[in-house]
Amino acid sequence: MQSSTATAGTAGVPYRPQVAAHFASLEVQNHAARLGMWLFLATEILLFAGLFVIYANYRFLFPEAFALASRELNLNMGTFNTLLLITSSFTAAMAVHYAKEAKNKQVVLMFVLTILMALGFLVVKYFEYSHKFHEHQLPGPYYAFPGLTLPGASAYFTIYFLSTGLHAFHVIIGMIVLGWVTLKAMRNEFSHYNYTAVELGSMYWHLVDLVWIFLFPMLYLI
Amino acid sequence: MSPSSSIAAEPGAVPAPDEHHEHHPSYLVDGTTVKSWLLTLDHKRIGVMYLIWVLLFFLIGGIYALVVRLELLTPGPTIIDAMTYNRAFTMHGVVMIFLFMIPAIPGAFGNFMLPLMLGAKDVAFPRLNLLSLYLLLTGAVIAIWGMINGGMDTGWTFYTPYSTHTTTTVAPILFGAFIIGFSSIATGLNFIVTTHTMRAPGITWFKMPLFVWAMYATACIQVLATPVLGLVLLLVVGEHLFHFGIFDPAMGGDPVLFQHLFWFYSHPAVYIMVLPAFGVMSEVVAAFSRKNIFGYRAVAFSSLGIAFVGFFAWGHHMFVSGQSTFNAGVFAVLTMLVGVFTAIKVFNWVGTVYKGAVDFKTPFAYFCGFLYFTVFGGMTGVAFATASLDVPWHDTYFVVAHFHFIMVGATIMAFMAAIHYWFPKMFGKMYHEGWGLVSAALIILGFNATFIPQFLLGNAGMPRRYYEYPERFQTLNVASTAGASLLAFGFLISAIYLTYALVYGRRAASNPWRSKGYEWMTESPPPTHNFVGPQPTYPEEPHFYVEPKKAEVPDAV
Repeated sequence: MQSSTATAGTAGVPYRPQVAAHFASLEVQNHAARLGMWLFLATEILLFAGLFVIYANYRFLFPEAFALASRELNLNMGTFNTLLLITSSFTAAMAVHYAKEAKNKQVVLMFVLTILMALGFLVVKYFEYSHKFHEHQLPGPYYAFPGLTLPGASAYFTIYFLSTGLHAFHVIIGMIVLGWVTLKAMRNEFSHYNYTAVELGSMYWHLVDLVWIFLFPMLYLI
Repeated sequence: MSPSSSIAAEPGAVPAPDEHHEHHPSYLVDGTTVKSWLLTLDHKRIGVMYLIWVLLFFLIGGIYALVVRLELLTPGPTIIDAMTYNRAFTMHGVVMIFLFMIPAIPGAFGNFMLPLMLGAKDVAFPRLNLLSLYLLLTGAVIAIWGMINGGMDTGWTFYTPYSTHTTTTVAPILFGAFIIGFSSIATGLNFIVTTHTMRAPGITWFKMPLFVWAMYATACIQVLATPVLGLVLLLVVGEHLFHFGIFDPAMGGDPVLFQHLFWFYSHPAVYIMVLPAFGVMSEVVAAFSRKNIFGYRAVAFSSLGIAFVGFFAWGHHMFVSGQSTFNAGVFAVLTMLVGVFTAIKVFNWVGTVYKGAVDFKTPFAYFCGFLYFTVFGGMTGVAFATASLDVPWHDTYFVVAHFHFIMVGATIMAFMAAIHYWFPKMFGKMYHEGWGLVSAALIILGFNATFIPQFLLGNAGMPRRYYEYPERFQTLNVASTAGASLLAFGFLISAIYLTYALVYGRRAASNPWRSKGYEWMTESPPPTHNFVGPQPTYPEEPHFYVEPKKAEVPDAV
């Protein structure tokens, strides 16, 4: 790919980001940003890993209640949401591809699609949650579902709301991050000199997707 | 070594004609408004602000400690009621651990020294660095607000189900600790990335100063362990406010699960506190023995070894929680491995001092205390790792004395050594050496007088955290309280002569210790961008001292 010519879709010469004074070069600065993001994602995974440990512990303590309680979730909605998130991860990855080619309009398009699918995910989540509230399938002392009275069922719904709630919080954060990167793309900022923000934003979105890939079988399938 | 790397601007020197362009003010005077300090992105100023805050937190935690010790002067009620006593020891633990021990050395000296030691102009993410400081302060404000509005009586370990049922204000204090966790993660992340990407040309991994290695290992623990604590603290807050029952056995919850998750952080956290101390001491011992560090690679790798093994040792906190004998055995062996890596360090430090030209200055006095506390505290740690010994000592004053020796003793020694060793670098002033030695002697003596009686108390069966005790324990408790007073007096002397030195101290030379540490290759105090003129080159390993006899020859510079 040519280094200095503007590709179709950009306005004029590709935007060159400024190197912060304490970095030796743009390469080093981007390397630092990527490494920082990977470390941050590692902390996020460990945060959720704590929840997975809690899930494993209670599944071991109450195997029957957990098996039955997981049947109470809406598998269709869960599957639909999984498809939405996987697709949104694809569009986020495509945004990185376009950013490298300085096709900022496509970057905007891809991220808008991603954010819309994230919104769709939250809407489905809202219907799932309201159904659970209606059925009193709620955490801890608020659990009053007559259909399943085994001990441990309330623990299942505690974990369900904790983990999906924490995940939904990350979805919202992800939407804000991607929205911010979209604004930068609208300003034609990205080219092969500078696509770190797109890359890191997408990486965060892949984490949100990845966590769901674990949560979905853990809560809905097994 | 580059001869021109340190051109001290002496006050009497003839000003250059175009002074405005040639003169590089030190970071201390480059911008004097309050805003230029509070919103600074300079790692050195952030380090100094950390230093001020952790000293304040140390004072708060120390006052709580004195209140607890005074209360225990007599077997019955002495100065406060039982509930206030519970709140006091809880807050002593929370403040000292989360607001002093964990951020102290990385925040103050890590921030200041790490970029200097790597020949960098700043840390990789200066804004994140500033954010980290303000997160610490936000968490501290929330926690202290909770302290004033009711306090907490659970002990700093927040064990469930008690912490979910107590009527004291658990939520703000735990939430404060949660935010402080973010600060810790941010600092660790920043240091890892800085070490990877900001090393000056010439500084390879095995030419990094040992303090950097120690900070790197610490940062790995901070990044990998703290998120788990964050999650479990949030769960306890939720549990306390909404009674989810996830850790409450009355509702089918599992309180031992809390202990696992809590110690998965809090045991590695011990190494977050003590590894930076090891790093400081590796610098100090080489500088004041005037000898190349013995076994550089072994010391460097043992830091990573401690960081690694530290993650597999949490189960020794649960020998009496109904854990299987097999688990206890596994955790016992894994815990003892920490002792192996620590011993590697200790032997190498001793090997460094051996036949060195020891310059017995204040930092070296603290090194001696440190070595003693580390070995004594470490050996009792190995004893605790033995499940059969842990059971009778569990939750007695023996535990209290042990972790104060290894965590607090070692870290305080290193913190004080770091203040004295780097004082000229940070502030460009010299303190009074005689008072430094007096204060070091008092602190080391006071520490022993405080905690050796507690070893004896614990061995005799006095449980920790009790408000009243049988009369036969009184003599030792009085001895311990007297020791605590001596300790406080020692710190008071330090505070006085260091503050005096800050204002009236004589001007320090660029490298008053003739240290070979990389951080001394710039002016004292350093200019805003750390180096004036061409960047220093690094042809030698750090701590590269010539033979003691040759060192007597004045520097060729």
